[in-house]
Amino acid sequence: MNHFEVFGLERRLGVDTEALRERFYALSRQWHPDFHAQAPPDAQGRALEASARLNAAYRALRDPIARIEYLVRLEEGRETKEGAAVKPQAPPALLEEMFEMQEALAEARAGGVLDETARKTLATQRERLMARLQDEEARLIGPLSAAWDAATPAERPAALAQLKDALATRAYLRTVVDDLGQALADGAGEA
Amino acid sequence: MGRIIGIDLGTTNSLVAYVDDRTGLPRIIPDEHGRALLPSIVAFTPDGLLVGEDARRQLVRRPRSTVYSVKRLMGRGYDDVRDELKYLPFAVRPANGIVAIDVGGREVTPPEVSAAILRSLRERAERHFGERIEQAVVTVPAYFNDSQRQATRDAGRIAGLDVVRIVNEPTAASLAYGLHRLKTGRIAVYDLGGGTFDISLLRVDNGIFEVLATNGDTHLGGDDFDRVIVLWLLEDIQARHHRELACRPVELARDGEAMQELRLAAEAAKIRLSAEERTTLTIPFDDFTYHREITRAELEQLIEPLVRKTLGPCRAALADAGVTGGDIDEVVLVGGSTRVPLVRRRVQELFGKTPHSQLNPDEVVALGAAVQAHILAGGITDMLLLDVTPLSLGIETLGGIVSVLIPRNTTIPTSAREMFTTSVDGQTVVDMHVVQGERELAKDCRSLARFELRGIDPMPAGMPKIEVTFLIDANGILTTTARELRTGKEASVEVKPTHGLGEKDVERMVEESFEYAEADVEARMLIEVRNEADTVMTHVRRALRQAGDLVAPEERGSIEAALAALVEARAGRDRDLIRERTTALNRATERLAQAMMDAALRGALGTRRAAELMGEAEPPPRSPGDR
Repeated sequence: MNHFEVFGLERRLGVDTEALRERFYALSRQWHPDFHAQAPPDAQGRALEASARLNAAYRALRDPIARIEYLVRLEEGRETKEGAAVKPQAPPALLEEMFEMQEALAEARAGGVLDETARKTLATQRERLMARLQDEEARLIGPLSAAWDAATPAERPAALAQLKDALATRAYLRTVVDDLGQALADGAGEA
Repeated sequence: MGRIIGIDLGTTNSLVAYVDDRTGLPRIIPDEHGRALLPSIVAFTPDGLLVGEDARRQLVRRPRSTVYSVKRLMGRGYDDVRDELKYLPFAVRPANGIVAIDVGGREVTPPEVSAAILRSLRERAERHFGERIEQAVVTVPAYFNDSQRQATRDAGRIAGLDVVRIVNEPTAASLAYGLHRLKTGRIAVYDLGGGTFDISLLRVDNGIFEVLATNGDTHLGGDDFDRVIVLWLLEDIQARHHRELACRPVELARDGEAMQELRLAAEAAKIRLSAEERTTLTIPFDDFTYHREITRAELEQLIEPLVRKTLGPCRAALADAGVTGGDIDEVVLVGGSTRVPLVRRRVQELFGKTPHSQLNPDEVVALGAAVQAHILAGGITDMLLLDVTPLSLGIETLGGIVSVLIPRNTTIPTSAREMFTTSVDGQTVVDMHVVQGERELAKDCRSLARFELRGIDPMPAGMPKIEVTFLIDANGILTTTARELRTGKEASVEVKPTHGLGEKDVERMVEESFEYAEADVEARMLIEVRNEADTVMTHVRRALRQAGDLVAPEERGSIEAALAALVEARAGRDRDLIRERTTALNRATERLAQAMMDAALRGALGTRRAAELMGEAEPPPRSPGDR
């Protein structure tokens, strides 16, 4: 049973989160182990399993971005999550800009203490990237999700590819924003 | 099926509660003297164990074998606690990934010490109901990791209790409040106890208590407030009494008894400063008496950095829940340390509203545990707690990087699956390292266990597909199962907990717990009269040393004779004789006490108070502080 099926939903990205929560609470009342504590062991086991599945499904579906990530995995036949062992690669469109950024970052890190100018530059860049990150998320949740939901079976691979690209861009931006935040915090700590 | 009790196993105090069938309300079970709180202190004496109030009276006398704040050591490795060991008067040693406490010729583990507390509470409940109690809900800090939860469950087993549920303290508190006070909305539970801090954000909706996010620090609490006061006092004592200190055989900071006196005085002063603007500390040492005033402002300056340390986790929890302080409808305070006015002010500033504290912050967690017990027993069907796992669970991958399988703040129970394969032809065993924490590298996270998947059929590298399922149950405890998908064969999973007791250890401890039982009534009464005798003798010796010349030599001689007689009686086991001679010694010193009182009034003794030196009054009763 996949996460959409747990809630009796189609594989669509537009989800009414209020209704989802209501359903989650109702199913929790049905399956939570607290209400099966006096049942025979095998019934307790079934409740535990159902409850664990329900919670994992709710976790994946309640947040719109997590929902897209899950849908992509599901469509690609990867039900379990892959290990995030490698840092996301820079999408080609961002490559050059990111290269400069990483260089500045490496320089700042090598120096240890950031001077005022370097701090300002990094802070400005971080804010700019943060805005891009938010744009990318808005695009994912808005038009790209709607496109998936409206796609005919023939159009789906293309819609999925767009979602995947946008997710990759977002993951990369997220990492760089975090790295910059860390560099600024470290630099401040030593200054 | 039997009754399930609710237990708050606190750093400083522990309690037991149940839900009254008639009223449907949770109630604390008091001890035979009507006291609700059981101090979480265990003294190991040659005559048996002492628990609670009886053990507390041993803190100064037997600092090396009286264990307090053991919760801070539960499920911990030596390296985790090394920094704070220098503040503990008992000896803590590394022991197979966990720690052991040397209590005079015998080593005990933290779960065994906690088990003594749990057993005492179990017996309290059994006396109350007149029936055997075998099941309990036990609370832990929300931010406790897997090892700390396992250790708590082991403690229950050693105490003969099946811990049917481990429930998080702040969520338990919300259940106690929720019975009739909370409407639909978001609530924050700020729980600062004796040794741990938790913040939990919940959404309450029609009987459902959904935890949105939790955060905390399992090594931050009232104990730390006491510690900074003690360090400050030490400095002041050294500055003002360096001459007397120079004559002492042992350095003050290394004198277990003196440090316990200091710690208890610091704790008492802290508690008084929650109600008063200023208070006086008087600490009698062997050769001088330390005396000074401390104001609330001074206390606040000392503890401000610690209080500020609680705000970071609050902000992190708000961010995880995707809300701001202003979105919180109600704030609930839990734990004795929330009585400190500075703590209340900081919490109020952060959330912008006056926090609730109608329910006694010392009792609310135990009451909530009783509610949860009643839910499990089927007595309540309209309330449901949906709690979360506080820390991300992951496995170590190539390069020591953590791959997160279950992110923090996921509602529990929950499960995750992961595929593994082999890297060498014919490999039949695969290793896995499971960690908990938020850091990128496994070495910076909490190592939970190393697993070995065995019994994989020999195949070319990369061919086996082993599906491993990680299940976190409603207690927040992990179990792991594995299956080879090509053959459908269950692979066996051998778990080696990094910081825990093995199955055999627990079994042995269950057996040993019968051997080292709590002192029986006879033994306890003997310890009690000996204690009383020791206290009086200490005071008399001190008085003779400091003011012996105030009475005639014959008088002094008869006091010394009475003292010698008591020393002799104390060595035996005749309780009546010890009591008799204690009374006699007290009587023999009446004139000396009077003389000292007069001298004090004349100012001859400076700031020392005669009554204090003579120990006529019991030390001032300390109101319950932190949980």
